[in-house]
Amino acid sequence: MTGQSIDKPKSFQEIILRLQSYWASQGCAIMQPYDMEVGAGTFHPATTLRSLGSNAWAAAYVQPSRRPTDGRYGENPNRLQHYYQYQVLIKPSPANLQELYLGSLQAIGIDMELHDIRFVEDDWESPTLGAWGLGWEVWCDGMEVSQFTYFQQVGGHDCKPVSGELTYGLERLAMYVLGIDHVMDMPFNDPSAAIALKYGDVFRQTEQEYSRFNFDTANTEVLLKHFEEAEAECEAILSQPHDDPKTGKRIIMAHPAYDQCIKASHIFNLLDARGVISVTERQAYIGRVRALAKQCADAFVQTEAGGWQPEAAE
Amino acid sequence: MPDLLIELFSEEIPARMQARAAEDLKKLVTDGLVDAGLTYAGAAAFHTPRRLTLTLSDLLANSPTLREERKGPRVDAPEKAVEGFLRSTGLTRDQLEERDEKKGKVFYAVIEKPGRPAEEIIAEVLDRTIRNFPWPKSMRWGAGSLRWVRPLHSILCILSDEAGARVVPLEVEGIVSSNTTEGHRFMAPGRFVVSSFDDYAAQLKRRFVVLDAAERADAIWQEATNQAFACGLEVVEDRGLLAEVSGLVEWPVVLMGEIGADFLGLPPEVLQTSMKEHQKFFSVKNPKTGRIERFITVANRETRDNGATILAGNQKVLSARLSDAKFFWENDLRVARAQKMQPWIDQLSNVTFHAKLGSQAARIDRIAALARVIAPALGANADLAEQAARTAKADLSSEMVYEFPELQGLMGRYYAEAAGLPAEVALACQEHYSPLGPTDDVPTAAVSATVALADKLDTLTGFWAIDEKPTGSKDPFALRRAALGVIRLLLVNDVTAPLTGIFAGAGHDLAPEVSADLLSFFHDRLKVHLRDEGIRHDVIDACLAMEANDDITLLVKRARALSETLATDDGTNLVQGFKRANNILTQAEEKDGVAYEFGADRKFAEDAAETALFDALEAAGPKIAAALETQDFATAMAAMAALRAPIDAFFEAVQVNAENEIVRRNRLNLLSTIRSTVLKVADLTKIEG
Repeated sequence: MTGQSIDKPKSFQEIILRLQSYWASQGCAIMQPYDMEVGAGTFHPATTLRSLGSNAWAAAYVQPSRRPTDGRYGENPNRLQHYYQYQVLIKPSPANLQELYLGSLQAIGIDMELHDIRFVEDDWESPTLGAWGLGWEVWCDGMEVSQFTYFQQVGGHDCKPVSGELTYGLERLAMYVLGIDHVMDMPFNDPSAAIALKYGDVFRQTEQEYSRFNFDTANTEVLLKHFEEAEAECEAILSQPHDDPKTGKRIIMAHPAYDQCIKASHIFNLLDARGVISVTERQAYIGRVRALAKQCADAFVQTEAGGWQPEAAE
Repeated sequence: MPDLLIELFSEEIPARMQARAAEDLKKLVTDGLVDAGLTYAGAAAFHTPRRLTLTLSDLLANSPTLREERKGPRVDAPEKAVEGFLRSTGLTRDQLEERDEKKGKVFYAVIEKPGRPAEEIIAEVLDRTIRNFPWPKSMRWGAGSLRWVRPLHSILCILSDEAGARVVPLEVEGIVSSNTTEGHRFMAPGRFVVSSFDDYAAQLKRRFVVLDAAERADAIWQEATNQAFACGLEVVEDRGLLAEVSGLVEWPVVLMGEIGADFLGLPPEVLQTSMKEHQKFFSVKNPKTGRIERFITVANRETRDNGATILAGNQKVLSARLSDAKFFWENDLRVARAQKMQPWIDQLSNVTFHAKLGSQAARIDRIAALARVIAPALGANADLAEQAARTAKADLSSEMVYEFPELQGLMGRYYAEAAGLPAEVALACQEHYSPLGPTDDVPTAAVSATVALADKLDTLTGFWAIDEKPTGSKDPFALRRAALGVIRLLLVNDVTAPLTGIFAGAGHDLAPEVSADLLSFFHDRLKVHLRDEGIRHDVIDACLAMEANDDITLLVKRARALSETLATDDGTNLVQGFKRANNILTQAEEKDGVAYEFGADRKFAEDAAETALFDALEAAGPKIAAALETQDFATAMAAMAALRAPIDAFFEAVQVNAENEIVRRNRLNLLSTIRSTVLKVADLTKIEG
């Protein structure tokens, strides 16, 4: 890891591209963002569902993530209601995952000879996913640049084998690498391009629009109804028999059901941002989303992708 | 005899778990070895973020051979008996010894358990230790089923002596023991071979790993104080942080950085908390002004730019953090100055304190009312006490306390000062949570102490009212701590006030039996508290049996006085004399079916000692009564203890159960006077021994 000259990236997108090519070279399937609103990269089925069951898996992807309560109308230098996470999931976790991770920092231009990288205890838990794991937050010169977790349980199921999960908060990491103080000032594409765009050119207006929407406009009655509907739909999907009467094939609809779970989770986040959920209700809502996540996990492990084997069942 | 070196090398172990884990490793391995007969001369355990290390010196190379002799049947015993003996010993007939004994020849089995080589035993013990290690939280990784705190990568296990070192062969879930380990993750990557503990420690140091956590901590503290001193500054001591930070690095490099001028106006506690909690920085203050001006961070490596990049990065992160803190502080100050914190107080009606006890606002109303009631007993102005109670929790709604809950109270004081509230009120905002722990300072300012008491008493009566009392080890609302806090507040401030009356005034409508139960909870806490002071539980029981036992301060004065009295010769003997009198009297009363409470008449006294006792009791009675009137327990106890000599002399000279029935009854009535006199001071029947 020593001796090579460090080639600094110039833009936000270059950092993403370098991570993509680094993890591709490490054998990960480079996936695309999931096409639904989620609170974190972990919600992508490529992580949540694929961390279950015995099949090996290696995937990396960017996931746009939404945290309605973090909206600051584009004014706070570090806080956004919509941001990007970079997510890597490898199952079983390889013995050299820490070294692979450090290699990725090198790949985006962090010189290991000049910086102080530390693994500081931080256990991860997602009450809405019924999931937990042990690991660290990774510090670079005192700044948290990633979350590093060995999944122990997801959707109430023990993870066997264990997945290693890496999550990079891309804006924060990129601001650090590029030396930018306000996220909106960060070059999005190459600053020497004919049409050079900054992060603010792309996202300032949407941050304003969504901040107003999330905090003041989202119709809470409609949202409450949608929540109920997503919950009911999820359960309805999972209550179908495993064998499809039309094709005669075993088709368990774990993914469509999980979509409804994702939907319920995001609606809950919106309701939370609107301030209509009291402290006691909050726990109840989280419990309802978790119940859905568990049912989806139960269904997924009955599928082939989830490690179910037809011959073993017969 | 060989030395043993074990190193368990893993991914980063949480700092808070390292020291305990090193001790556990030492205990589990040494216990296991000793159980198997392998003794050793010395043991030491070490920990770094990536390794737990154990070294044992002068270990036995083999466990000792054990020889067991068992006596069997006589040689001429029936065949069946001999066969049974052979089965039970696992020997054949030609292995048995015949020995001559008085009754003839007898079979003996001599069973030798040969000693086992240390390698074998160590491998077994270490395997068991790794598989059953008591981590507070452990995990699996990869496709394996082994549990460790984080993935375990290698096991170094060697026995070394003058002849050299040999690996103790061992395999745990695919991890094979070896004589190699790694140095610093970044500064000296790669594995190296180790031949002994001294070689191990020395090589590690060459590879930028300081094995001993105490050495790392000392080095950090030395360097930090030197750097600060060179600038005329001093590091704010924080042992917990020092221990944590030395668990985050193998090669500590101390760097001192500046706090941006923009942030120097923040309260020092805010700077310190933000730097410590988020960044694990030490605070560096100017001893002349008391202001925090710089920070110390501890990196885990040296760099070619002497840490310049690392320091700049840390400084930048700190600026972002402190910008947040400054933003909160300024917003909060606006609310405090312009609106006297009122919006925060209003918000507390939306915050649930407990589902069955209502909102924070409702609780504050109760505390304010109770504060008014108890203010006079503490010499506090009732209006100020109420105002303080109504303001004390306002900061819970502030942005700063939302971000840093540990600053509650303290921020309240700053904001109350900014709002221009009276100094007593501001101080009470900060102090009313105290005392938290048994060694925490107790507020002595009258208004602070009043609100602190009212707060804790509302909590206690409230949770008693809804029957959420502590059980066993479960005390989720820290009610034991609250009760101890009340006790210490009452004692330190010398407050005389009956608790039962306060319970009744606390706005929770306690039923009499609930109130009595809460009082007995206080009595239990008081016993624990006084035990630490060296006052025996039976002494407390003797005082609890007296009237006004719901006044903690009086109770404790009585108990202290009694405890001191019992420590004297007169005191101990008085207890004996009193018990003797009480026993004779009780027996006679039971036998005769009479209570001898008529008073004795000195005209029936026959002996000089008897007359002397009359004199003594007549003198003691009013003295004790007068002393008790003014709660002067020491004088009352002294007057009681003075009865010792006349009582002893009386028993020496006189037979209570005299033949003359009149004399007997008179003496019994005299004993009754002893009892009633003493029982006014303390119930000595409870005293043991």
